[in-house]
Amino acid sequence: MSMTYLEAIREAQYEALRTHPSVFLYGQDIAAFGGAFKATKNLSKEFPGRVFDAPISEDAMVGLAVGAAIEGARPIIEMQFADFSTCGFNQIVNQAATLYWRTNTSCPITIRLPSGGTAGSGPFHSQSMESLYAHYPGLVILTPATVEDAYWMLLDAVELDDPVIFCEHKFLYYHLKADQIGERTLPIGKARIVRPGRHATVVTYSAMVHESIRAAEELQKDGYQIEVVDLRSVKPMDTDTILASVARTGRILCVGEAFPWGGVTAEVIARVSSEAFHLLDAPPMRLNAKDTPIPYHPNLWKSHRPTSSSIGDALRRLLRY
Amino acid sequence: MAQCVTAFKSMLQARLLEEKLASLYRAGGRIVGGVYIGKGQEAFSAGLAVHLEKGKDVYGPLIRDQAGRLAFGEPLLDTFRTYLGVITGPMRGRDGNVHRGRPREGMPAMISHLGSLLSVVNGMLFARRLQGRLGDSVGATSLGEGGTSTGAFHEALNQAAIEKLPVIIAIANNQFSYSTPNSRQFACGDLLDRARGYGVQGYAVDGTDLTACVSVFSEAVKRARAGGGPQLVVGSLLRLSGHGEHDDSSYIPDQVKSSPLGQDCLPYAESQLKASDLITDEEVRKWKDEFLMEIDAALAQASKEPTPDPFRENWRALSTAGLVEGQFEA
Repeated sequence: MSMTYLEAIREAQYEALRTHPSVFLYGQDIAAFGGAFKATKNLSKEFPGRVFDAPISEDAMVGLAVGAAIEGARPIIEMQFADFSTCGFNQIVNQAATLYWRTNTSCPITIRLPSGGTAGSGPFHSQSMESLYAHYPGLVILTPATVEDAYWMLLDAVELDDPVIFCEHKFLYYHLKADQIGERTLPIGKARIVRPGRHATVVTYSAMVHESIRAAEELQKDGYQIEVVDLRSVKPMDTDTILASVARTGRILCVGEAFPWGGVTAEVIARVSSEAFHLLDAPPMRLNAKDTPIPYHPNLWKSHRPTSSSIGDALRRLLRY
Repeated sequence: MAQCVTAFKSMLQARLLEEKLASLYRAGGRIVGGVYIGKGQEAFSAGLAVHLEKGKDVYGPLIRDQAGRLAFGEPLLDTFRTYLGVITGPMRGRDGNVHRGRPREGMPAMISHLGSLLSVVNGMLFARRLQGRLGDSVGATSLGEGGTSTGAFHEALNQAAIEKLPVIIAIANNQFSYSTPNSRQFACGDLLDRARGYGVQGYAVDGTDLTACVSVFSEAVKRARAGGGPQLVVGSLLRLSGHGEHDDSSYIPDQVKSSPLGQDCLPYAESQLKASDLITDEEVRKWKDEFLMEIDAALAQASKEPTPDPFRENWRALSTAGLVEGQFEA
């Protein structure tokens, strides 16, 4: 029996509802309809009175979650698409993210963001928001790349006493399958070396982990061993694992699907440059989407975001230096 | 009517307290940031909070609710400790002035983004209902007329109506949002249209008239407790100060100041209550003396308390210590 990344997210919510009486779900179309992606399919039937449809009011959805958290609840909020979370941005970064620091009141809310691009989705159903939220203090930003991480990290998110932005990748929803969910392995805040290597390091996360692995496999044919590091959580960021990998390889490419200005990849490169400059044999590189809105047509979309082919090209440039 | 006297005492105490804060601001040095007072809005503020029960109800006050805070039972010391930024206060120097509260005690601490507190109060009530412990408790929060222009307010009011939450929303229409007059703030004839538009019970009241305020909020709170859903009360009044003490409010025309909106609610309440034989000159004098002593004592105490030390501050924005970067658990 295999499980998709999307089913893992549903199963994790099932488990959260089953084991934590303080959990409830709130989001648009998530009750009887089961959500735009069916990530909450049947949960309103299985847990009556704990799965609620919300009006199209992202600001009020997050505000309600913060209030509920003050009263001891652990709400999971589904944004229909990560892109729409900008309409709840203020409540996330100013209300939820400051609550603990200002008032010593923890804010255990999980905000699920169906993130990233899929062909034909266009500028407003494709965005990756992790960099935006990671910029603000008081938030934990998770970016699972595997079925197991989607499951366990969502459960971890619900159990954390802090607001979590859970960036689940829509491209992985149906493409990614696992035979079974194993035991919990790594805690939040730890990166995973998904492929060991010694010629160069690729640091990446979410769907780009899979593009990077494909690029690494391609370069293997030319005798290059590329190490791929999956950040898993972009905030906190596991700098130690990144630096240890760079110490082994001397070269780093950081790949992200978000827009290029600033962001997670820039943060990784900044940390490596300032803390491991002496370990580098080549200037650190980064690869992101292009600096335009995300295009609709697949021909454009495929060129807009990094792919195994553009990652491979970047790695060859890095290795040639 | 006993509630009118209680409300009046909170109004009087708030006025004296805010006069102290304003003089500290003018003197300079003690208060780090600005001072924001509720002069002219005390009757409307206390008229609501006097119906709430601390420990049972939720109260999310806003910028001009010193009187309501006192009526609800916020300790006087919280005000000074927050304005002075000492570490003994609820905000420990991390936030100041009117941005204070004790969320777990039913008093969320406002952020500056107007309209955003209502959905938080909604969430507190929503969770209590889910946990089966809402009972007949209610939530209340306030906002100015300018705050009703925000999307956050409209989303949250609609949300409260959908969920039929027992929440009372006090809209103090003080005619100016900072300097912007109502003609540039909204075009509907009546702010009560905001309530009607969402299927919410609305009330209008003269916000300068304490007995009218106490009476209208009594009705609104009663209906909310009885399951009548959200109640929106619009009080017409005038802010008798600047937006903050840095603001001379010269943009308020004299004819508005001299209109009935500009009536000072405090002396008016005093004369009303005296005429009804509910209070006496002697009592008012006695209360004033007591309040002034309490205010001085609270200020003296807060002044002695330690201010935050950046070397002792843990600089931690997450409650999970192990997730703070650089502090990973092994």
